[in-house]
Amino acid sequence: MLGPFLETLIGGLLTGVLYSLVALGFVLIFKASGVFNFAQGAMVLFAALTVARLTDEIDGKALGLEHFVIAAAVLGAALALVGWYAWREYVARGSGPGERRRLALLAAGGALIGGVIAFAYGKGAWPLWVALAATASIMGLLAYAIERLVLRHLVNQEGIILFMATLGIANFLDGFGQTLWGSDIYTINLGLPKDPIFLFEGVFPGGLLIDPAELFAAGIAAVLVVVLAVFFQKTRVGRALRAVADDHAAAQSVGIPLNTIWLIVWTVAGLVALAAGVIWGAKLGVQFSISLIALKALPVLILGGFTSVPGAIIGGLIIGAGEKLSEIFLAPILVQAFDLAGGGIENWFAYMLALIFLLFRPQGLFGERIIERV
Amino acid sequence: MLYREAGQFKTDYAADQQIFPILQDRIFVFGVIAAAFAIVPAIASEYLYTEILIPFLILSLAAIGLNILVGYCGQVSLGTGGFMAVGAYAAYNLWLRVPEANNLVVVFLFGGLMAAAVGILFGLPSLRIKGFYLAVATLASQFFLDWLFARVKWLTNYTPSGSVAVGDLHVFGWRIDGPADRYLLILGMVVVATIVAKNLVRGHIGRSWMAIRDMDIAAEIIGFRPLRTKLLAFAVSSFFIGVAGAMWGFLRLGSWEPLAFDINRSFQILFMVIIGGLGSLVGSFMGAAFIVLTPVLLNQLPGWLGVNMSTAMISHLEFMVFGAMIVFFLIVEPHGLARLWAVAKEKLRLWPFPH
Repeated sequence: MLGPFLETLIGGLLTGVLYSLVALGFVLIFKASGVFNFAQGAMVLFAALTVARLTDEIDGKALGLEHFVIAAAVLGAALALVGWYAWREYVARGSGPGERRRLALLAAGGALIGGVIAFAYGKGAWPLWVALAATASIMGLLAYAIERLVLRHLVNQEGIILFMATLGIANFLDGFGQTLWGSDIYTINLGLPKDPIFLFEGVFPGGLLIDPAELFAAGIAAVLVVVLAVFFQKTRVGRALRAVADDHAAAQSVGIPLNTIWLIVWTVAGLVALAAGVIWGAKLGVQFSISLIALKALPVLILGGFTSVPGAIIGGLIIGAGEKLSEIFLAPILVQAFDLAGGGIENWFAYMLALIFLLFRPQGLFGERIIERV
Repeated sequence: MLYREAGQFKTDYAADQQIFPILQDRIFVFGVIAAAFAIVPAIASEYLYTEILIPFLILSLAAIGLNILVGYCGQVSLGTGGFMAVGAYAAYNLWLRVPEANNLVVVFLFGGLMAAAVGILFGLPSLRIKGFYLAVATLASQFFLDWLFARVKWLTNYTPSGSVAVGDLHVFGWRIDGPADRYLLILGMVVVATIVAKNLVRGHIGRSWMAIRDMDIAAEIIGFRPLRTKLLAFAVSSFFIGVAGAMWGFLRLGSWEPLAFDINRSFQILFMVIIGGLGSLVGSFMGAAFIVLTPVLLNQLPGWLGVNMSTAMISHLEFMVFGAMIVFFLIVEPHGLARLWAVAKEKLRLWPFPH
């Protein structure tokens, strides 16, 4: 009994790490800008699709011309819009070095996107590290476009309006990613060993079965968390981020540029999405359903607290383990007792678990205490 | 020029308290309703009924329900689809198991009442949890209810995968058969429900909801009981949503499975409420019209332009255009179409001589 239990527990914890990765992206953005970013799942899908498509070696899957034309039209329109804003600022503020640098960066970004797409629609397959680097830059540009085209126009709006805007972004990204890269199911090959490893064969009969890809994912997540923690606590930018999270107006009044901070946060969230997308993609294949894992990360979020990085990690572990354990051990009992047509309780179990936690701690496990005054 | 209220004096309390104090508003609204009852059935085609008018009316009702909760009481809910499913399956079970109750009005009201009961149950956490935490918590109801109707066999009469079908529908001896009958029944119920909703939100109950929305602690201090007020909002909202869900199942789909009420339905209705305008009933109708019409137009557009496109491509484009339009609308007018409507009316009052 102990063997299967431990195996399920470890499997659940490792899946939980992946939930944490997605939840991390949510937390970062919520902490720094108070935006409940529903587009995180779409960003994961977009990043995964980009990497998969760039490393894909099968040129038989080449997309039709209409994909290329529409993607180019959308990109061109977005670039023109961003460029027009940048140009207007350039004219208004004169030609400071900052403005010139920004225009140059934009031009470089446009060239990069053009190059990547031209190449991707050709035949070549890129080595993984080049594809990762290119995707990382694309996520940065995406963050810039979102900040420039959406967030900046919605400053000071209520939380729900910003939330709806991110739903719109999510819709857009889902459609755009599939227009750009097609909606086939791709695979990402990280070159990891496929065979499961057995641990503790001496302790339990048969040992414990563990997927090396999940161990690898756990390693990545751990590294990411440490890096983010150091970034938030020890660097200048991290301090600025925490200041913005605390109080927008006060942060602005001591000279922290809000727009830059948002750009940084969305870029970091994009990079986290890239990590999550690559790992999920390697595990399950890259397909549309990946953008739905955002929904799996939400209970993690309320369990751990919207504003806590460690909360996202611990919450992810609890949810992952709880989900798997409930499916294996609780579902059969429920099926027997109520004559159900199958289990599948993991879809809602995480939410119920989080809800019960919330009844006792409304701010989540590690969230900041909510103090209300009239 | 035409839209003037000068000279329309309110000489008694009844005149002051009517829903449309301005004569032109009254004429316009009654004209629209009369046209919907009398002229539309004379000219509408089957496509217009089943693809546009019926979905528009039913989803408007659901949007009104959600608007009561989100717009008037300030409790963000993402569980609309689940409550619609409760309404639909409760109505189905009554229709199936109690043959004497084969009267759609009774069946729909039962669906609404069941949804209200479930809504109260899932509204309980709102006393403890607020804001986005609550929004995510209401997702629990969505996923739980989805699962419930897919797995508990009794609720779906032991059909595989929870797909059920209805037929032979009556209302007080009137047999509901073609799309025109269904349209008229829905229209009648939506008009009644809208009047009820309007009177709820402009009266004492609506005021208490708005007080809770604007600041719940302050509302509690001046004497509104949060427990009663919030749960009432959940109940009323779920009632409307449940009736809409039952109508969606019985009159729009005819046969359905839990997938018809999944999370996307919840988001769709939330979009309607936000794009239409939070805290506005006319906004709910506008939002529903926008959300129902946009995909129809986007589907037709490539054909009109003579461009040949694969269906997958069209669906991707739909996603993109839809997302971009939502963002665009939020930027241009965060208070929704209802605000644009109000601004237009304000302009019209001074037209053609604005000062």
